[in-house]
Amino acid sequence: MNYTLKIWRQKNAADSGSFVSYKVENIDGETSFLEMMDVLNQQLVTRGEEPVAYDHDCREGVCGMCSMYINGRAHGPNELTTTCQLYMRHFKNGSTIIIEPWRAKPFPVIKDLMVDRSAFDRIQQAGAYISMNAGSAPDANNIMISKEAADAAFEAAECIGCGACVAACKNSSASLFVSAKLAQFALLPQGQVERYQRTLNMVQAMDAEGFGSCSNTSACEAECPKGISVKHIAMMNRDYLKATMCSEKVMS
Amino acid sequence: MSWTKDYFTSTIGRKFLMSITGLFLVFFLIEHLAGNLLLLLGDHGLTFNAYSDTMANNPIIRIVEIILFLSLIIHPVQALILTQRNRGARKTGYAVSKAGETSSWASRNMGILGSILFVFLVLHIANFFVSARFGDLGIDANGNKDIYTKVVDSFSMAWYSLFYIFCFLALGFHLIHGILSGFKTLGLSHKKYLPVVKSIGIILTVLFTIGFISIPAYFLINMII
Ligand code: HEM
Ligand code: SF4
Repeated sequence: MNYTLKIWRQKNAADSGSFVSYKVENIDGETSFLEMMDVLNQQLVTRGEEPVAYDHDCREGVCGMCSMYINGRAHGPNELTTTCQLYMRHFKNGSTIIIEPWRAKPFPVIKDLMVDRSAFDRIQQAGAYISMNAGSAPDANNIMISKEAADAAFEAAECIGCGACVAACKNSSASLFVSAKLAQFALLPQGQVERYQRTLNMVQAMDAEGFGSCSNTSACEAECPKGISVKHIAMMNRDYLKATMCSEKVMS
Repeated sequence: MSWTKDYFTSTIGRKFLMSITGLFLVFFLIEHLAGNLLLLLGDHGLTFNAYSDTMANNPIIRIVEIILFLSLIIHPVQALILTQRNRGARKTGYAVSKAGETSSWASRNMGILGSILFVFLVLHIANFFVSARFGDLGIDANGNKDIYTKVVDSFSMAWYSLFYIFCFLALGFHLIHGILSGFKTLGLSHKKYLPVVKSIGIILTVLFTIGFISIPAYFLINMII
């Protein structure tokens, strides 16, 4: 199959950037979107042109690197998929595909389709950990956890930090990401000790990075490749209120 | 009290303010609609005027009125602050965005819908509240302030009735997303109760929209026939 690609090209963070059209031909339907991009880059290198810069790593849907806004949707038109797991059979032969980087002020473009998502790392550093004595390994089942609680925490822990939630949100809100990172601890006994302090720290870190507020549109949940539920955002709101009202700590 | 400031200036805290004020306004609208439907009794407004009189002289209602006006200020002010922030969080937009595939129209247009409501409220309060409370209206057969005649006069202008109907449609869209969203903002999301909240939200929205539209529609139809 043949496609016309309209790709956002931007030399560096300071460059204003623009779309450039390319043609790719003889692409098999079983080719993944990233492999198709590789084919394009091969052509560009052969022609002595600068290849398109884009993030990719595991190519099996768990690293969260392949951030591309494809035809107006984060990671393309399919649900529960990252770009690496999106196949070209989902695009009509001869169609034009528009590829943009994530757009959010806290995710500045580094080059072409690559954005800097270190804002997410800084939010995580603000509290996404538990403090414990890391002596010898504890006995198995020392802390009892119900299957339901374990599953619920795992559901939240599936977040791969890809940033599709921010990219898809009309407010560039990071609420889904932050709430998933909070919930993976808040739903387990080990996370209780620092639960409210963590919430205060991570919410304030989220705001400090300049992300928008949550309008509960649920676009994030619809675009999340891991199907993280917006119920975690409600839990974050609840915990943030509790942390403010009930904790004796005064933050600033 | 820096912790209160931290909370109420955070994105979550500001949304908390929007949510409690918005939901309070929803609560108020239940009473407001019930009262206003008395306009349709066809008794030349005697019952409606008597009801208005009771409301205006009830000390509890006067206190609630203060909360009402505070809500009407806090809600749009926070909306403005958050909208500014959210715009700033995406300086360069997408060339192509298919937001319609992942979220509802109402949820993406709360600001525009709210702005329509804001214009409505300024006109509505200036026209009815100010003249009812402070204006020089006549008295009806029972000796109550004749607010009914003021209503009839206002709705004798077709454009005024049509404007009201338009604004009530905007209210409907604002609330079809707003009521459920408000609960989520407060963190009141529970597997068992959220579907109930969702249903009540839809029922209330439909009741408000049809109920409030019925009033200008009644005067409009009366004018035509
Ligand atoms: C005065 C004019 C108004 C403006 C400018 C306004 C604006 C807004 C905006 C922009 C939002 C969305 C907030 C967000 O997306 O994060 C919102 C939410 C809401 N509005 Fe309004 N609104 C107004 C009047 C009203 C009225 C009259 C009611 C109720 C009768 C109401 C009830 C709500 C509710 C319940 C929410 C949901 C709050 C939440 O998401 O937590 N609003 N409003
Ligand atoms: S919540 Fe979903 S969309 Fe957001 S960063 Fe995590 S995996 Fe990606």
